[in-house]
Amino acid sequence: MNKHVVVIGGGVAGMEAAGQLMLSGCRVSLFEKDEKPGGHLNEWFKLFPDRRKSSEVKEYLDNITSGEGIKIITGKTIEKIVQNKNQFHVSDKDGSEYTADAVVVATGFDLFKSARKEEYGYGIYDNVISSADLEGMFRKGSISLADGRIPETIGIVHCVGSRDEKVGNLYCSKLCCATAVKQAIEIREHLPSAKVFCFYMDMRMGGALYEELYRESQEKYCINYIRGKVSEVSENITNKLVVKVEDTLAGRPLKMELDMLVLMAGMEMSEGGMKIAAASGLPTGENRFFSTADHHFGSNKSNIKGIFYAGTCTMPMNITETISHARAAVMDVIEYLKEGKE
Amino acid sequence: MKLEGKRAIWSEYQKEIADDKYFYVRSCIRQNFFPGSEVAFLRIMKDILKKDVFEHPCHTTCSGIGYHGDVVPVETAMTVVARQFAMMTEAGYRNYVPSCITSFGLYTEILETWHHFPEIEKKVREQLRKATGREFEIPNNLAHASDVIYKFRKEISAKAKYRLINKNTGEPLKVVDHIGCHYSKMFPSKGVGGAEYPCVLAGMVEEWGGQVIDYPERRHCCGFGFRQYLVQANRGFSIACSKEKFESMKPYKPDMIITNCPGCPMFLDRWQYVINEMEGKTYGADGEGIPVFTYEEVAGLILGFDPWDLGLQMHQTDCEPLLRKIGIEYDPEAKYVLNGVNTNINASTYLEVR
Repeated sequence: MNKHVVVIGGGVAGMEAAGQLMLSGCRVSLFEKDEKPGGHLNEWFKLFPDRRKSSEVKEYLDNITSGEGIKIITGKTIEKIVQNKNQFHVSDKDGSEYTADAVVVATGFDLFKSARKEEYGYGIYDNVISSADLEGMFRKGSISLADGRIPETIGIVHCVGSRDEKVGNLYCSKLCCATAVKQAIEIREHLPSAKVFCFYMDMRMGGALYEELYRESQEKYCINYIRGKVSEVSENITNKLVVKVEDTLAGRPLKMELDMLVLMAGMEMSEGGMKIAAASGLPTGENRFFSTADHHFGSNKSNIKGIFYAGTCTMPMNITETISHARAAVMDVIEYLKEGKE
Repeated sequence: MKLEGKRAIWSEYQKEIADDKYFYVRSCIRQNFFPGSEVAFLRIMKDILKKDVFEHPCHTTCSGIGYHGDVVPVETAMTVVARQFAMMTEAGYRNYVPSCITSFGLYTEILETWHHFPEIEKKVREQLRKATGREFEIPNNLAHASDVIYKFRKEISAKAKYRLINKNTGEPLKVVDHIGCHYSKMFPSKGVGGAEYPCVLAGMVEEWGGQVIDYPERRHCCGFGFRQYLVQANRGFSIACSKEKFESMKPYKPDMIITNCPGCPMFLDRWQYVINEMEGKTYGADGEGIPVFTYEEVAGLILGFDPWDLGLQMHQTDCEPLLRKIGIEYDPEAKYVLNGVNTNINASTYLEVR
């Protein structure tokens, strides 16, 4: 086919799309803003529901993008796409321009910045950490408090930056519940005597083997689930975190002392995606992710023929869904390139 | 705790505070509770900082206490507030400075309501016109009086005679800052430092040499919460709230409490006496009570005002240990002297030092 496709974003969606495009005979330029591709996968230790190591998925993605037909350009932030007849001119923030026959936008998501939920004290209290911070601890093989001690009581707060009108995110990030259950289990595997409490609004375990994981976490790992939203966090004189939460099932307020609190940060449209959207005339929805051409039949298509979407730049999705979405994007790209561009 | 985290939040919640020509409106209740505070504010602003502050003799309650007590409908409150704005307009001022936190909260709420629902503002204007024939302008700047003192905290520090430092140890005094609920909990962006980690008082304390204590129940209500106290049956809840705060701050051995609300110093001060009477408990270091101050009193003290001119004899929890701790020169015998006459009531209802 010898067509040139630019893929913006070197996370799971971008790498999968690039690999599949190459297999379909396209020349591909894959742009990644960081120094190495892989996106959030690089920060994660294990994945739900089977707790496969994230490095295995990364290895697969590295393999499919290692062919000669793919040029991976790292450390480049793409900011704008301009259409000129049948060509697309893609420019980075340094002003360099690249030409393509089609573009796949796979700019992914940013984790919600937990400090925005001021009442939880992220960035203020030493032992309030995010789900990503905990993954970092898993990768290092040790879970410890800021002063090096081993935590005995750990709380996990669901829906941080999701389903939250106050921060402007009405949507469910979909993955945080499963992440919380997975991380709770992993905490208990690392620290068998630790007590783990999950504070949730609803348990949204809608995925293959998710519900089973949730059941296992209770039966085998004795995770405590408290249905209620944490209202405030503070620190006492012994540096323990004092957490106020309502147990809505028991119908009473709780005040608990915990050693560590883990915030399940939600997913938001990436900052890079927002810039591209604004500069390139690509509309975003109420949830600020890219708006697709059709919710059912065109979830990979943008409002501009020749520009396609892949993965979590359109909505929160897990890795399995992201890979499927990226493959579907490739089908649309191939159809577009074969059928003519008008 | 990471102070830089708090500073990052503080930097996001800085508000515009006018630097002169203030229309100042007093609180309904502060002159009874802590009668020297508003006078001290005016003295600091006019005599020390040389600012133009105007008071209108016909200013009335904003009706906020009735609004939050569920006895004054919001439209009535709005029309009363519109009348205050009319007086400001007639006097030629545009920078509105309420002394009361609940007033500040109510003014903020009303201005926000009018901003989002201009038809309500139009209706209130008509009501005011029909009732009084008055017109009004929206203030250019609305700031609580503690915002204004916060703005000039460095200037006050430069003129200060004392600092919030223990003269015997050279250590900063440990200060609990308690912010009135109506200051920024309803509209975080309208308070200096926001709602979760307000720095309006913390900024003063740090600038004047003290050290702020971050204790678990710092966000908790002082216990005034109108329906907790105004409804007699709820008063047990009021003192329970105060007690919860005292128990939470006690391990930090605070030297003093600073407040910016009419009710908070009243309840944190008086309930300490009541708890001491009921349970024999005190919450300060060495069995003392924790003296409770308004920010004007603290500013006045460090500027060298006479403690009795500031009205500290009206406190039920003894302030004199703190005065001695700072090294403030004062005459203990002049405590109840008014216009040359000793009015000592020899009060037995007084939380002694030990």
